[in-house]
Amino acid sequence: MSDADIKRAVAAIPVPEFTEHFFVRPPKLSDCTVAIVTTAGLHHHGEEAFTARDTSYRMLDGARTDIRMGHWSPNFDRVGFSNDYNVVYPIDRLRELADAGVIARVAPRHVSFTGNQDETMTALRHDSGPAAADELRRDGVDVIVLTPV
Amino acid sequence: MCTLAHVFEGLGFATVVLASIREQAERMFAPRTLFCDFPLGRPLGRPSDPVFQTRVLEAGLALVDRESGPVFVDYPEVLADEGSEQISCALPPRFNPAELAAVDEAAAIRGAYERTAASNGGRTNFGRVLTLDQVPEAFRALDRIASGTPWKEAGLPGDPAQLSIDLRTYYCEAAVSLPGSTVDPTRSGWALERWFLERTEGGKLLMRARESMKEAGASFAVWFYMAPLDQTTPAAPAN
Repeated sequence: MSDADIKRAVAAIPVPEFTEHFFVRPPKLSDCTVAIVTTAGLHHHGEEAFTARDTSYRMLDGARTDIRMGHWSPNFDRVGFSNDYNVVYPIDRLRELADAGVIARVAPRHVSFTGNQDETMTALRHDSGPAAADELRRDGVDVIVLTPV
Repeated sequence: MCTLAHVFEGLGFATVVLASIREQAERMFAPRTLFCDFPLGRPLGRPSDPVFQTRVLEAGLALVDRESGPVFVDYPEVLADEGSEQISCALPPRFNPAELAAVDEAAAIRGAYERTAASNGGRTNFGRVLTLDQVPEAFRALDRIASGTPWKEAGLPGDPAQLSIDLRTYYCEAAVSLPGSTVDPTRSGWALERWFLERTEGGKLLMRARESMKEAGASFAVWFYMAPLDQTTPAAPAN
């Protein structure tokens, strides 16, 4: 059992195809508000946990550190996240970049979905993805860093 | 992950994906992809290494300045796990030989689990469906399954997949703080998973129960997700 074995096993799984390709030109990075969107199934304590193949999302309060991983897959390492959530959710690193002026500010809220979805990802594309985008737009987000597990 | 990049980019945001599986990411043509050859579960590379994480994040954010895309860039540092790393992590001796071995073992490492949680500021990934006091109950139920009891009648205190993740997390977090442990959680990830499934009584019992469920015709989705996918040759789902 190894990380390399897992990657080889899932390398060829079907992926959605996109007929339209967008490429946004944001303001210069030092003027941008940056948010994290992860598919690690993160949520705060006391919130409804993700179910298997859950297509919903959770908003993560950037000021809270009570972050749990609710992803269902057994196919990735969790020990690193237990030790330091920044290895999946680099909120502290973003704050440091904002303090250094590399980015303008860190968004007040971030988003978590959970991976291991069906291959069409229809709900994420047409329902929960756009709904989460609306939330980030209200927070003035320009740039999104996406992290998997 | 790359799907969401397409969705958000189409709605007016500039996105950067920190991708972990090259073959998938290359076929997705997300607007900006930084391929990071790090172990799954660690997209920023190294836990508790702010310098490393910042380098990765800055490399990703640098792609925002590109004038056109899609952009696919390899991050130059590689953190690979090919299955060769082993950890030194001695388990406590049996305390109660009359007890089920996995139950006895799990009781013996509870203090280590609690020390790790304390050193992580109280944070733990254990507790999806189990409480600490339910760990013995979970192993007893797995033992009944391994002995032939249908899984639905064995008294599992939670969904099999969720419960399995809890047990794995309990052991892996405990391993960090076992007396004499040389486990470095910032570097050892899969080595800990291998240790749990291959060398502990709890891991071996979990795998025996999983195999019994498979042989008894349990739904693929029920037994398969109790362990990483390379722990068996996936059979076609029966239902």
